[in-house]
Amino acid sequence: MTKIEVRRLYKIFGRHSFRAYELLRDGAPLDEVKNRLDVVPAVVDVSLDVQEGEIFVVMGLSGSGKSTLVRCMNRLYEPTAGTILIDGLDIVKLDHKELRQARLEKLSMVFQHFGLFPHYNVLQNTGWGLEVKGEDKAKIKSKSLEALEKVGLAGWEDKMPHQLSGGMQQRVGLARALATDSGILLMDEAFSALDPLIRNEMQQQLVSLQSELKKTIVFITHDLNEAMFLGDRIAILKGGSIDQIGTAEEILTNPATEYVATFVRQVDRSRVLTAASIMQEPIAVILAREGPSAALKAMRDRQVSALFVVGPDRRLMGATLDDEVIAAIRRKEPRLDGILHTDMATVDPETPVSDLLITSAESRLPLPVVKDGRLLGVISRVALLQALGETATVNNGADDSDEAAATIDTEETALDPR
Amino acid sequence: MIRDRSDKQVERIGHRRLVKKFQEEQAAGRRRRIWTRTILVIGVTVALVWLFARYRVPVDSWVESIVDWLTDYLGGFFDFISTVVSWMTNSLEKAFLWPSPLVMAGILGIIGWGARGFVFGAFSFIGFALVQSMLLWNAAMSTLSLVLVAAVIAVILGLPLGILAARNQVVSGLVRPILDFMQTMPAFVYLIPAIIFFGIGSVPGVISTVIFAMPPAVRLTELGIRQVDKEVVEAAEAFGATGFKVLRSIQLPLAMPTIMAGVNQVIMLALSMVVMAGIVGAGGLGAVVYRGVMRLDVGLGFQGGLAVVLLAIYLDRLTAALSGGKTGDRAGTA
Repeated sequence: MTKIEVRRLYKIFGRHSFRAYELLRDGAPLDEVKNRLDVVPAVVDVSLDVQEGEIFVVMGLSGSGKSTLVRCMNRLYEPTAGTILIDGLDIVKLDHKELRQARLEKLSMVFQHFGLFPHYNVLQNTGWGLEVKGEDKAKIKSKSLEALEKVGLAGWEDKMPHQLSGGMQQRVGLARALATDSGILLMDEAFSALDPLIRNEMQQQLVSLQSELKKTIVFITHDLNEAMFLGDRIAILKGGSIDQIGTAEEILTNPATEYVATFVRQVDRSRVLTAASIMQEPIAVILAREGPSAALKAMRDRQVSALFVVGPDRRLMGATLDDEVIAAIRRKEPRLDGILHTDMATVDPETPVSDLLITSAESRLPLPVVKDGRLLGVISRVALLQALGETATVNNGADDSDEAAATIDTEETALDPR
Repeated sequence: MIRDRSDKQVERIGHRRLVKKFQEEQAAGRRRRIWTRTILVIGVTVALVWLFARYRVPVDSWVESIVDWLTDYLGGFFDFISTVVSWMTNSLEKAFLWPSPLVMAGILGIIGWGARGFVFGAFSFIGFALVQSMLLWNAAMSTLSLVLVAAVIAVILGLPLGILAARNQVVSGLVRPILDFMQTMPAFVYLIPAIIFFGIGSVPGVISTVIFAMPPAVRLTELGIRQVDKEVVEAAEAFGATGFKVLRSIQLPLAMPTIMAGVNQVIMLALSMVVMAGIVGAGGLGAVVYRGVMRLDVGLGFQGGLAVVLLAIYLDRLTAALSGGKTGDRAGTA
């Protein structure tokens, strides 16, 4: 279900902002309007949908209009033109009173530099939204404590903000936003001011919180790694308009513009790509009912030294190695059962690539990707390394390199030195 | 502008013309406005300078007739103000003089102790005891009450004006030159119409003191509110708070150290002005100093001056303690 629906939104700063909007709307070139009318078009013709319960990341460099965009959503900035429907209600058209109501009930916000009230203690800060709402004191206190508990700050409620570390201050900011029970969380570069380690921790905490809370989150960031890690979907903003909207993998594997591609090159791919996205069709596979002779032939044909053995429905039963196959043939064993290695490590298709590295290093065979017992694909060490090192190119370029990876991979498996 | 044009750009040339046209209209409008303004300024300048050279401009009689008009039509209003102000100063003075001087000096010393510490309290006690031993106690208490009443009125008027100026650019633009005028006009000048409106005595002294001392209250209130971290204000607003709620719960408390610095300035300016008001019969230490000047009595003048200095140091340190110490470091971390 669509929670936030932004349509043709413009926010232009400057004296002739409305005239500039009209010109832009009619298709005049951006540079021309910007320079000649002396305006700053911060958000230009942005349309997007945010689904209920998803983390929607808006990513862009400074000056790309991302913070302006999110501030238009709760009208801290007045949009120049366009509509923003939240639960079907056009925020842009609300009068002051209705807007306050909407902010009270539907929207809460987390700020880059936390925006905590330095003269309030942690509990009072957390309860701000409820205080504004006019709840009674006991309820404010219990709900604030509950929110602080959620972000792991129980016991800190009497501290003043300046007594807390940056990470903890932002937890208070988050608790303040959670305390109001609003369905939408606007997070403006919420973790950008934190140290990298704390930032990772906060990202993980947000993800785990989200799995139970199921809020609709609009998350602003300039860090593509963060965007890829958090975002169910990501919008990439450049010069106030959207270059691409898609899931992390779509953007990574299929960047729509050169600009997006440049970004994607900087991503720590290991946190984004999953086993499923880099696995390959297993070719070194043999059915269990075929015997050792068939296995040896398959190894020779495919120039590999090991085979995965699967049952009906591609159920993975184990693996077998060339020397043992030869020994089995000498012993005249009719079946492969006796020489199956069943203790090998398998990985789930959803596993992030970063978690595959150790498993892969410890295993002589390519890693089998298994779901519900079935072999979906394999990941060879080369494929893994290549996925991490791969530099993205626009559109079809990416496909080419995938094919290249596949060819190299078969060779590597063949030459596996054991 | 020479650029190779792809098909898409060719489509856009039409729009580019639109933009150009708009820009040209704008430029033409600007040129027109600049011309009109230049001609207007030159015309007015020539006319006025000619007028000033040819005739004497009777600013004095204009001001006089304004003052006359005000006395004629707003006399009742001035009487009302006069009654209220003199009641305030008189009752405050009476309260200060009610305990015996040394007891009162002790009380002031204890207040100083509470605000700043034991040493300051002790010195205040000694200072006020010295004032008493110079036989200037009544004059000092009278001055103190004048200063406090004037400062309170100045803050009561200045605070809302400062808030308004902080929230509204137009008000800010209007208020600034008026404040400049109030502060730079020689302070004696206020005394003349004040006497006409309110007669001789403490009231014209208080009123001219209020005018002279108010600017810092307005300026520092505006500054304090504007200095509050923008993101903090946004955070307060983002949860649906009304402008008044944000002002009362967030902006004013966070601006308080700056506002208190303004109050400190107000009190200092008020003290210096109250001494001058001694000339118009406001009494107090000003009258003592004035008497010393008239009689060329160095000793009397110096005694009066010393008492003023002691009072000034006491009030300054006391209000500085309120603005600095307790809340200052908190605002710093905003």
